[in-house]
Amino acid sequence: MIRDDIYEYSLDAHHDEEKGKKLRKKIYFVTILLTVITMVEVGLGIAIKQSDSGWPFVKWTFIALTLLKAGYIVLSFMHLGDERKGMRYVILIPYFVFLSYLIFVLIWEGLAVGEAFPLTQGL
Amino acid sequence: MAGHASKQIDSKTLWGGKMSPFSTSYGKLMMWFFLVSDALTFGGLLIAYAFTRHAVDTAWPIGEETFNSLPILGHGYPLIYVALMTFILIISSVTMVLAVEAGHRMDKKGVVKWMIATIIGGAFFVGSQAWEWSHFIHGSEFGKIELADGSQAVVKGHFGDVKNFTIVTSGHHHKKGDVIAAGKHSMTQVEMNHDYRHAVAEGDVHGDTIMLHDGSVATYLKAKNEHLELIIKGNGGEYKIGDRINNHSKAAEIYEKVATAGEKNRVIYGANLQQNEYGPQQYGQFFFFITGFHGFHVFSGVMINILILFGAIRGVYHKRGHYEMIEKTGLYWHFVDLVWVFVFTFFYLV
Repeated sequence: MIRDDIYEYSLDAHHDEEKGKKLRKKIYFVTILLTVITMVEVGLGIAIKQSDSGWPFVKWTFIALTLLKAGYIVLSFMHLGDERKGMRYVILIPYFVFLSYLIFVLIWEGLAVGEAFPLTQGL
Repeated sequence: MAGHASKQIDSKTLWGGKMSPFSTSYGKLMMWFFLVSDALTFGGLLIAYAFTRHAVDTAWPIGEETFNSLPILGHGYPLIYVALMTFILIISSVTMVLAVEAGHRMDKKGVVKWMIATIIGGAFFVGSQAWEWSHFIHGSEFGKIELADGSQAVVKGHFGDVKNFTIVTSGHHHKKGDVIAAGKHSMTQVEMNHDYRHAVAEGDVHGDTIMLHDGSVATYLKAKNEHLELIIKGNGGEYKIGDRINNHSKAAEIYEKVATAGEKNRVIYGANLQQNEYGPQQYGQFFFFITGFHGFHVFSGVMINILILFGAIRGVYHKRGHYEMIEKTGLYWHFVDLVWVFVFTFFYLV
């Protein structure tokens, strides 16, 4: 059994130049990845119009790519991936459970309201 | 718990109860909890936006049609500007994580260098957003029109410059017989066009006469609008959402008729909280609230980063023996970037 309660931790969290080099390499990799994803998103947005038949696919691609970008920012830049498992779950699980619920309820409700009494104000 | 005896945690990390939940320092965990609550706020805002978008029956604005301008270069560059803003924010996030990494090596010079880069990136982002807002508020050259059948349309094409105004009835400022033209009376072409649009929005253009802001009435000479295309965004008696009037001369005829009808609010330029040319009223409100709330976060982040930079320069963290403060500020800064990733997708792309 892996005992993750026996864990050496120090506020200093120092590392040497060699480890720093490795870390920086990872940072640059994530930078390039995030930039490429953003470029792909903009390219797709310009190439495929919302009236085109391929739009639903593009829309879900956007959402998937956004979640991928968010994952890299949270786990790599914010170092949540390096924290203990318990902390990761304490932060992510309640948030995702609540938000999935809210997204489901409000979009469902929005469609119903749109049919029954649409919000159309102003020009 | 048996494990605790063998756990090595330095005394500074321990909280008041001689424990260290998740082996994390108090400050860092509290920053995470704050970020979770802030993420709930932004999540709530974006979901409210989704709700509204599903509940309106007029066409929701399309990102690449609404945001297609660059400073100086003008129109015709869909999404390029926001893509640039996104890139700036990603890069400033990278320089922040490099500052954190330098802190772990107790490299004071590196921390200062990367913090300065982060602050510059953040300032650029806030400035870009100011331009974006200004552009959003002032609007396009044609605005949105309400057609005779009650439908609403946005207009694409090339705007014909206003050549001159010849005063026929004196006002407070201009006298009968004056000819106002670009290059004279310290008027520029941009101001001439602006005055014309302002009069159109106020319903002060009747056929071939125009009332200027000082109350004088003038005839005007204007180059023809070219390559006009109307895209219907709100249902009317004759036209439905999605219809396009792309016969240039017919589109121009309809547009001129509306613009010169002399009725207030038949043409709307730009945006405020009551109405906007891009889509439903709620669209403008959400734009101002969500991007404004995010922009305020970026602004606060820049201020916090500046304070921390001063601390780093004075050597406060070096004396303390660790640069955890940089890490905590970094968490906030990355969070701001994270929120923008979602705002970018749901406001501009989808």
